Amino acid sequence: MTSTAVFDKGAPTRKVRHGSMSRDRVWALRWAYVFLTIFAIFSLVPPIYMLITSLKGSAEISAATNPWWVFHPTLSNYRELLGSSQYMRFFLNSAMVSIFVVTITMLISVPAAFALSRMRFWGSATLATGVFLTYLIPDTLLFLPLFKMFVTFREWTGIELINHWYVLLVIYPTLTVPFCTWIMIGYFASIPKELDEAAIIDGASWFQTLTRIFIPVALPGLIAATIFAFTASWAQLLYPLVFTTSTDQLVLPVGILTTLIKGDVFNWGQIMTGALLGAAPPLIIYAFLMDYYIAGLTAGATKG
Amino acid sequence: MADVTLRRVIKRYDEVEAVRGIDLDIADHEFVVLVGPSGCGKSTTLRMIAGLEDITDGDIMIGGDVVNDVPPKDRDIAMVFQNYALYPHMTVAENMSFGLRLKHYPKAEIKSRVTEAARMLDITELIDRKPKQLSGGQRQRVAMGRAIVRNPKVFLFDEPLSNLDAKLRVQMRIEIKKVHQKVRTTTVYVTHDQVEAMTLADRVVVMNHGRIEQIGTPNDLYHHPATRFVAGFIGSPAMNFVPCRLEEAGGKLNIRLTDRIAFPLPPARAARYQNVARNEKLLLGIRPEHLTEAKQHAEPGIEAFDAVLDVTEPMGMETLIYFTLEGSQVCGRVNPNAGARDGAPLRLAVDLNNMHLLNEVTGIVL
Repeated sequence: MTSTAVFDKGAPTRKVRHGSMSRDRVWALRWAYVFLTIFAIFSLVPPIYMLITSLKGSAEISAATNPWWVFHPTLSNYRELLGSSQYMRFFLNSAMVSIFVVTITMLISVPAAFALSRMRFWGSATLATGVFLTYLIPDTLLFLPLFKMFVTFREWTGIELINHWYVLLVIYPTLTVPFCTWIMIGYFASIPKELDEAAIIDGASWFQTLTRIFIPVALPGLIAATIFAFTASWAQLLYPLVFTTSTDQLVLPVGILTTLIKGDVFNWGQIMTGALLGAAPPLIIYAFLMDYYIAGLTAGATKG
Repeated sequence: MADVTLRRVIKRYDEVEAVRGIDLDIADHEFVVLVGPSGCGKSTTLRMIAGLEDITDGDIMIGGDVVNDVPPKDRDIAMVFQNYALYPHMTVAENMSFGLRLKHYPKAEIKSRVTEAARMLDITELIDRKPKQLSGGQRQRVAMGRAIVRNPKVFLFDEPLSNLDAKLRVQMRIEIKKVHQKVRTTTVYVTHDQVEAMTLADRVVVMNHGRIEQIGTPNDLYHHPATRFVAGFIGSPAMNFVPCRLEEAGGKLNIRLTDRIAFPLPPARAARYQNVARNEKLLLGIRPEHLTEAKQHAEPGIEAFDAVLDVTEPMGMETLIYFTLEGSQVCGRVNPNAGARDGAPLRLAVDLNNMHLLNEVTGIVL
């Protein structure tokens, strides 16, 4: 070992080559970078514009100056919004709805996916396809039936759901549960069947197999599904716009839309600030779980 | 520790009968290998013993109790899978102790069992690693460790060595044998590799088309196969089969292979085949090692003949020779110094004391 090291030290220095990429591959990479840069600029311009605008006072926004530059930076928009109990209420509503929806979704879709992918029972394959098909129904088709159902529900039970933030806890899962179940079915299907057979022989019940083997092994998929459910409920606009109207029941996107636009007066500074702050939670979650999310998107695509 | 009994066990998948009525008695401490080509029902049989597959008909008994409707976890069995089936998120120690932890064994007991099993399998230093940090052989050891710590009544192995390369397979085969010598747990082992079956088993169960062809010790099966399938399946290179018939010549019984080649049967064989019809279509079964170069002096029952070799395969310690007899390819094993060359003639000797005579139609060894 020692002699090898000494020999290496004495060896003549060769010209260092970085990798051994072929000319074709170099060009492919260059083009990839060109298009990725264009795409990045394209998708980053709106948030940057939002950031710039959020730092301007309303006088500067309406002034005919360079819109891409802040001449008199101010945090007044942030101060006003964060100091406004109304905006904080929207934020809280959004947070509650999203967290509850994620919880409900996971509690339903993980066991459902496990049952559909592992317990062979009569009609399980049809049911799995059915779950997927429900996801293909456009949201907007469901407005009227859902509305009608909530009205009937109130007539029978006396419980009013419409115009309460928690009505969303009933609606959002109709979108998130099928999708997350589908993701998890794919994920569980990639787990070799010998793994649950080993667990069963080791004495695990179905429930223990799910909690102690499947959930830990499929954690990346679970996180991907969680992120999806969170983002989907956080960003929902149409449903809450239809089903909630009182100011204290609004979620963030609807709140910004309805309270910061008064008639034909657009409070652009605060709209931009509100939207920017509203985009922060999903962004933070993505940043933390990025590695898992990417693993979740690609795993299950191939066996192995 | 327990014996395992199968009584007329049948497994039917819709229209397909995978296992067609199996009777098998496995004694306590015994190492039994189920062997056969893929699709012969050996894995299904094992999975039925494990309880992973329902049985369509018949009875399975472990330790005297009928377990037909007993779930796998209550059968007190442990299974080692072909792809190891280790829990990827657990360390080696956690993998091995999972079953014990589910049954709420005391911590100290778990620790001592895992330590003992790890020591026996020589994986003590790997105990805190995750499966993905282990090589194939190490993973297989962990899978065995997971079975051992449970101290079950029966070990079930489902082609445990098929994922390993040839060299490691030989090594792990010896490991498995050593482990069985130490723990003496009743073992049912499934493989498609007849060498594995021969080397590991106390008794080998040869299966084909969902039925048992023959049960016996490795030597039994090798020297006294009951059917053409067993005769051809056990042994490598495989036994040669040459069409032949018996004929009477001067009060003696001859076996005629071709118009030119006929051998007198040794007295013991002649007595045994005395009642076989003379015009019956028969097969001469002869193992390659009983087809060698001719010696200087004749020995009883060993008959010489000339053959032109098609191909020779020098193996070092011996040379495999191939030639054609009555349209069938025949393999022999000769001394490397016997002068066997591709396309060259060679005087060969066939040892008829070790011949088998088969009915060509039924495939039964006479």
